[in-house]
This record gives sequence, C-alpha cells and structure tokens, in this order.
Amino acid sequence: MSVSMDELGPGLKIRMKNRNIDCYVFFTLALISLVALGVILYFIFAQAIPFVGKLKVVPEGMGAIVKWGQDYSHTRLWDLFSTRWSPASYKHQFFGMVPMIVATTVITLGAMALAIPFGLSAAVFVGEVGPRWLKDIFKTVLELLAAVPSIVYGFFGLIIIAPWVRESFDVVSGSNGLSAALILSIMALPTIASLAEDALHAVPNTYREASLALGATKWQTIWRTLIPAASSGVIGAGILGMGRAVGETMAVLLVAGNSAFLTWNIFRSMRPLTAGIALDMAESVHGSAHYHALFALGAMLLLIALVMNWTAEWFHVRLLRRQGIREG
Amino acid sequence: MTVDQEIQKEQAVMQERRKRSMTQWAAFVLLGIGSLFGFFFLAFILYWVISQSASAISWEFLTAAPRDMARAGGIAPMIVGSIYITGGALLVAMPFALGSAIWLSEYAWKGWWLRAIRIGVNTLAGVPSIVFGLVGLGLFVFVFDFGVSLLAGMCTLAMLSLPILIRASEEALRSVPRSFREGALALGATRWYMIRTVVLPTAIPGILTGSVLGMARAIGETAPIMFTATAFMLSNPWPTSLFEKVATLPYHLFGLIKISQHYNETKAIQYGTVFVLMVVVTLLNLTAIIWRTRVRRKKAW
Repeated sequence: MSVSMDELGPGLKIRMKNRNIDCYVFFTLALISLVALGVILYFIFAQAIPFVGKLKVVPEGMGAIVKWGQDYSHTRLWDLFSTRWSPASYKHQFFGMVPMIVATTVITLGAMALAIPFGLSAAVFVGEVGPRWLKDIFKTVLELLAAVPSIVYGFFGLIIIAPWVRESFDVVSGSNGLSAALILSIMALPTIASLAEDALHAVPNTYREASLALGATKWQTIWRTLIPAASSGVIGAGILGMGRAVGETMAVLLVAGNSAFLTWNIFRSMRPLTAGIALDMAESVHGSAHYHALFALGAMLLLIALVMNWTAEWFHVRLLRRQGIREG
Repeated sequence: MTVDQEIQKEQAVMQERRKRSMTQWAAFVLLGIGSLFGFFFLAFILYWVISQSASAISWEFLTAAPRDMARAGGIAPMIVGSIYITGGALLVAMPFALGSAIWLSEYAWKGWWLRAIRIGVNTLAGVPSIVFGLVGLGLFVFVFDFGVSLLAGMCTLAMLSLPILIRASEEALRSVPRSFREGALALGATRWYMIRTVVLPTAIPGILTGSVLGMARAIGETAPIMFTATAFMLSNPWPTSLFEKVATLPYHLFGLIKISQHYNETKAIQYGTVFVLMVVVTLLNLTAIIWRTRVRRKKAW
C-alpha cells in the first residue's frame, strides 16, 4: 500500500513531445479522482454549513430553543462544540459534538496503544528475524486479515470480546470504549504491520552490513540502526493505521455502546463520530437541523481523517527523500 | 600487562557478549510472541466462524429468501444483491480507474496536474467509508434523485473503490517492462497503438487481480450503502430494478443484530450470514492472491 509514487511511470521515460488527442482523453479520465474528492468536500461542507447559517439558537433556561430562520445574527458555530448531544426532541435540541470527538479520541488512542507495539514487533520479527517463507505467509495472512469486513469484526466483538471485557474488568456492560478499542486494534494491526514492514524493508542493506561489521548483534542492528533509519515510515504506518481506526464505523457501532454522554472513562459506553452519524441518519428528517448537524459530524470526521492521512504521507515522502529511494 | 589482567579483560568481554546475546534472545522471543498475534487472531476468527456456523448452512439457507421476520428461510437474495451492487460498482468505476491509471503510467507529464491527481487519489483513499455514505446520500439519493436504490449504492461504492482500483491498475501497468514499449515504438507504433496492443494485454492479469481485490473490499462494506442503497427485510427481497432498494449480506447481518426484534432467535442465521460473507470475501482474496503468484511466476521477464 504505497502512499505516493513520485516518479513518472515507465511509459514516460520514453520521451514523446507531442500530446495527441488520446493523451487528453486519458487526462480527462484521470481527473475523476480530483472530481470525486471535490464532490466529497463540497457536499460534506455545503450540507454542514446550513447548520451554522440557517439556525437561530435562542438560549432558554437549561438549554436552547432552535428555530428556523435566515437571521444570521443569532447563529453560533460554537453550539457544535458544546458538550451535550440531544438532537431528537422537538423543542430543546442540543448539537454538541464534543462527547463524540472525545469518544473517537479515547477509543483511537486505546486501539493504537495496543496495535502499534504488536504491529511493529510483527513487522520486525517477520522482516528481519524470521525465515523467508514466514514472510510470504505473513504477508498473505495480513492481506486476508485486512479484507475481513468490518461488520464481521463487529460481530466478533459483540459475541466474544464484549462479554470477555465485561467479565474480566467487572463492568456493567461489555459494550464500552475498551471493547471498541480492542476490536479496532485488531483491525488496524494488518495496516500497521504491513506498512512498517515495507518501511524496514526499504532500509538499504548497506546499513545492516555496516552495523554488523562493527560487531553489533542482530538485535542491536535492528534497535539502533534499522528502526531509527526507518522511523519516518514506521511513524507514517502508525498514523495511517490511526486514520483507519478513526474512520471505522460498523465495528464500533456494534460494540462501543453508543451513549452520547461526555466521558473520558474507557470503561463507559461511548459514541464515536462515525457511530453518531450511522445511528442517527435513519431518523433524521432530510433538511432538518439534525440532518445538517450529522453532516457537520461528517465534516469533523473528514477533517480528522484527512489531516492524519496527509501527515502519514508527509512522513512517507520524507522517508523516501532521506533514503534517496524512489518507488516504481 | 600481567596475565591476570588479560584474563580479567577476556572474561569481561565474554560476559558482555553473553549479556548481548541474552538481550537479543529475549527480544526475539518477545517479538515472536507479538507477531504470532496476527496469525492467532486470523486462526481464531476462522475457527470461531466455522465451528459456530457449520450447522446453520443448508441448501435452503443458500437458496431461499428469508421468512418469518428473518427467523427462518435463507439469505439467497442478499447474496445476489451483494453481487449486483459490487459488480455494478466495479462496472461504474473501472473505466475511470483504468483511464486514470493509463494516464498516470503512460501519458502524465511532470508538473502541477500530476501532483494534484496523485494527491487526489491518495486523499480519496483516506476518506472514511461513512463519509462516502453521507456524500452518496446527498448527491446520488437527493440531488440526482435516484432515491435509496441499487443505482445510488453502486455509484457510492464505485467512488469508494476508485483509489484501490487506480493503484492496482497503475501498478500492473508499471510492471510492464520498458523494453516492451520501446520494441513497439521502434516498429513504428504510435503511443496509443503501443498501449493498446502491447502494454494493456501484458498488464491485463494484474489489472484483473487488482479489481478482484477491490471487489472483495467493497462487498463487505456496510457504512457507505446503509443510507444509500440497502434495507433490512424488504417486502420483495429479490433485486428487480436499479431504482429499488436492495438487500445485501453485510446489512442483513447488521439488521439481524441491531434492527430485528428477535436477536436471540436468529442466532443461527447470524452465524450463517457471517460464514457466507467470510467465504465470499476469502475466496475472492485467495483467488486474486493465487492468480497473482502464478502470473508472476509465469512471467518470462
């Protein structure tokens, strides 16, 4: 799963100056990914903005009354960042997405705390220590693990992991943040292990030889030479795995418990951003404040995921530059 | 230096070496245990699915429609629906994906556009699947007015699988050696003629493997189609038209767990659905992986 291919393709190394009609036909087709991306950004934000633009939020007592209107003077973006999410009632509606942002953060960090050590150790063991045949099997297994549908992981979490969490940690319900973090760590593991292995593999052999020639053991070579040399790629792998975990919907929807109350306690029921969208979309009326608020959740999620993706790519490109290696 | 000092030095070196090899040994054991986890989980999930669901699979389960609020009957319409929706997505996405890949590998000129399209593909790959669902809902269901339908779901899934397909096709095209191209050009072929007669036929197996992998990924996706295409317990479960809702495997499973009122009575059917879904995904993947290895082995260059 390469992140960027800087160099031109092999067909380009053959110099052809004239750009014929076929060149532009394929160029037009290639624009589709940009068009798709543009459509995504436009739709998510265009549907999220009416929430800010059209609503009139009037504070009253403990809450606020939401009224429709074009009076922009009363609309506050800040209402999205309050701590209470209660969109269903007719009169007193609250659209604070902080509980969901917190849930996403807690669950993702929990998942990464498990997935990164295991993924990294798998990458090092298989890439540097184990025999060659193990590496082939390992890559196939990772590919198969990565392909298991998220709803199956969710089902697995619901039947196996949630009861286990309930009994081992003696909590009221197994549907909590920890179960979601456990499931996500299993799901992010293949991505992290596979990408970290690629990063280690990309370290030139001369590094290994130089280190071993100085009398270092294999482990010292790995720990002091290879991992620092591949650090950008390894960090990129971790961040990309994290991006996967943030965007995961079905698995967390089934095991996280989905309570929209603000809590930092991983043993409590939580509702991450993705689950928030999936849960409420069926009930929201098209064009209502609730509907637009869900798009605002989507916009938040998209921003988080894209920032992570770009950071990961930045690390990856830096790795390629530093090693003077180009793909392709 | 006395003999004693020399012996002492020797011993110190030996001790240091022993310590280092102990550290290495301990580290490798830890790493080994850590890396076994991946294998362990795959084995455990497979074992669990197979052991729990073997009894649920029967001829009726695979060929009949669900009955009695999904408490009895089979999941055949869901299998068909899933195949329709992913196959359709592939049909919609593939022309664009192949075109993009051909441009990126064969025609692209260095500069602003190339960078922009690369960023586009990479960014698209990082968009969460539920966001595709939201966009599909806004764009295909409401703006294009397809309604919640098979067609809207196909288009949404096509958007989702676009980056996977582009990357796989480009990789296949890039693996065609430069000498093939040069040979064709030396014989007087134009660039498009060269691509059509030499590059594409050589790359086709790779492109097909990539699209099978893309299909395996798309068939298990639930989040993008849950608002745009699919529903639980339709009155007519069989897909009949592009403009109607369609029943799919992953959403049927979700419905059995979360929507149905008979969670405990449908246990066997839940396991059976998981089993079928896993078999379909794993078969698609294994086909692609085995095919890929065979094509690589047969390669003469």
